[in-house]
Amino acid sequence: MIYLDNQATTACDPRVLDAMWPWFSAQPGNPHSTEHAIGRRAADAVEAARAEIAALIGASPGEILFTSGATEANNLAIKGAARFAGSRERRRIITAATEHKCVLESARDLAAEGFEPLILPVAPSGAIDHADLGLALQTPTLLVSFMAANNETGFLHDLGALGRAAHAAGARVHSDLAQAAGKLSLDVTGLGLDAASLSAHKLYGPKGIGALYVRRRPRMRIAPLFSGGGQERGARSGTVPTPLAVGFGEACRIARLELAAEATRIAALRDRLLRGLDARIPGLALNGPPAPRLAGNLSLRFPGVRALDLIAACPELAISTGSACTSADIAPSHVLTALGLTAGAAAASLRLGIGRFNSAADIDAAIDMLSAAYARLAPARAEA
Amino acid sequence: MQHAPQEIYLDANASEPLRPAAQRAILESLTLPGNPSSIHAAGRAARRLLEDSRTVIARTVGAAPADIILCSGGTEANAIAIAGLSPGRRVLMGATEHDAVRAAAPGAEILLVHPQGGLDLAALAAALEGKGPALVCLMLANNETGVLHPIAAAAALCHARGALLHVDAAQAVGRIPVDLGELGADTLAFSAHKLGGPKGAGALALASGLAIAPLIAGGGQERGRRGGTPALPAIAGFAAALAESGEGVAQLAPLRDRLEQGATAVGALVCGGGARLPNTTCLALAGARAETQVINLDLAGVRVSAGAACSSGKVTQSHVLAAMGLGALASCAIRVSLPWNATDAQVDGFLAAYAEMAARLAPAAARTISAA
Repeated sequence: MIYLDNQATTACDPRVLDAMWPWFSAQPGNPHSTEHAIGRRAADAVEAARAEIAALIGASPGEILFTSGATEANNLAIKGAARFAGSRERRRIITAATEHKCVLESARDLAAEGFEPLILPVAPSGAIDHADLGLALQTPTLLVSFMAANNETGFLHDLGALGRAAHAAGARVHSDLAQAAGKLSLDVTGLGLDAASLSAHKLYGPKGIGALYVRRRPRMRIAPLFSGGGQERGARSGTVPTPLAVGFGEACRIARLELAAEATRIAALRDRLLRGLDARIPGLALNGPPAPRLAGNLSLRFPGVRALDLIAACPELAISTGSACTSADIAPSHVLTALGLTAGAAAASLRLGIGRFNSAADIDAAIDMLSAAYARLAPARAEA
Repeated sequence: MQHAPQEIYLDANASEPLRPAAQRAILESLTLPGNPSSIHAAGRAARRLLEDSRTVIARTVGAAPADIILCSGGTEANAIAIAGLSPGRRVLMGATEHDAVRAAAPGAEILLVHPQGGLDLAALAAALEGKGPALVCLMLANNETGVLHPIAAAAALCHARGALLHVDAAQAVGRIPVDLGELGADTLAFSAHKLGGPKGAGALALASGLAIAPLIAGGGQERGRRGGTPALPAIAGFAAALAESGEGVAQLAPLRDRLEQGATAVGALVCGGGARLPNTTCLALAGARAETQVINLDLAGVRVSAGAACSSGKVTQSHVLAAMGLGALASCAIRVSLPWNATDAQVDGFLAAYAEMAARLAPAAARTISAA
């Protein structure tokens, strides 16, 4: 099995497993039981992990809240910001058509609470038109939420510029960093983000944990999604899962140290994959521009075939049509249709996500498998 | 350097040590690379593990797999139930509920409990006479005293009045047999790390066919009722721990009883009574503040708590014990909760440390007992 679906989820790094394992075996204790030594040891481990997560994105540890993942973090940032602000003057929440479903649904859900979600269209590249955003911001806006890197096309928004425009209009800025964190160098302070969502399992950490960065100065205020024991400064109740937090911290530490070299290596593999497929599949097309794009991502249209048939024809290759969440859906990808693709073109598109554990041999094997499958499925075109 | 004493962990109600079967399941699932929502072979393998785990979890509490919502833990499970069921209903809850439930419905009407800690069913019946449909929230087992509420009887009262019943079973599942249908609950919340599974997973079981709105939107996972990539290793460990816990931890009752006898012999009073969890006791020592006791025991290598773990460090008077009418004693009680793997030697170690502490901190209490 060659795993090229690293945007759906990544395998846990063995070093992450090693860091987590003691917390899954010898260490009981609730990190909130700071009355006794076992609880304090767990609490110390959680805080060390929090510091590593903060360091990856240029935040301070006190600005990091643990959540169950990026979906929860996105819900918490968007609904939390709106509910904290309540019924004040700024009721508009701006996001874009290519955002992850959980961002779009969080924004849309707020309409029922009296807010005004606005979903901006994107250019065929995936970029947001700055004039569109400027126009949208003429209505007093509470929050804008734009992802750093798209989960299907890998397209990178110009977060700095988008954020500056939003701040100039008095809005706060949230970004879903799930696909970007650990893959490219990010500095929340430099980008001027007020809130940002992270997921451990997209950067070789475990599933079941994520984080929300919440800016201290100027302070970003959010209401909790749910309450209880008051953990995470009251913003997110529930026992922090010590082993998963430790694994997340280790994954962030590794990413911080290795990100630059890894991105170069993975981009070379990505280019090799594109060149190899392009040479053997006539009419192959890239969705979105070659740059700016995540090092590991390709979203490719295979003319004249259905992507689902290609996936079925390559059982030894783990690839996807798009977002994992909706991969069993019949509906075309909302991301690709937002770029202007027809339903047919979207259905002919595959997402290939290269990651840390892929080798050049994997890439060459994937080229062989995909081009052979394509030739079987679209013989007339392949011979043309 | 002082010799570190042997650690005795008796704070299972804060978090149970991981069961061996859960450890194995976590290790196996951590090496699976796929996302359960992906359609390729790696995704399908992850999906199979997710659904097999769901089936085990469902079967344990007598629910159908389709009626299980997997989430991050007990707090979230309680929040999904209460946020989902409370619109259009007034909320009634027991006076001794966990903060996760109390915080989810801050305006709730509070139902009195008896001095022993169990729900006053007459108070529930009277409250249900009030106007409008109700959602009643009751815990199956209390986290501080282990006292069990009469849930089946409460459910009968609720259903006769058209009320829904949400049960927080976080401390009960895995320790005593729990069956959604026998309890008559509409929703049942429970947590993996309270039963020997890992932190980071929990579940809400729904009565057959009950629909509920999501708290966390997006992605369509859990039949649209809870967005987010499922925490596969934690969920696999959750199911394995449940399968291993079988009928529960009834074998701990004699250990707990011996611990209580030893503690009361040196001046402790047991808070709460009637039907209780087999692993929990709440011991008050008149005149000795709970946090002082916990610190003293901690120095002796014995890990217990003064109540719920959540409020981290800040020891305030227990609302549970106050509701039971314990007055000043409510500030003088510690919770001792035996983990599934507790041993006789740990009980002996606890009793030695406790007797030494009681003689030092509350000599008066000890004298009263020995004179009686």
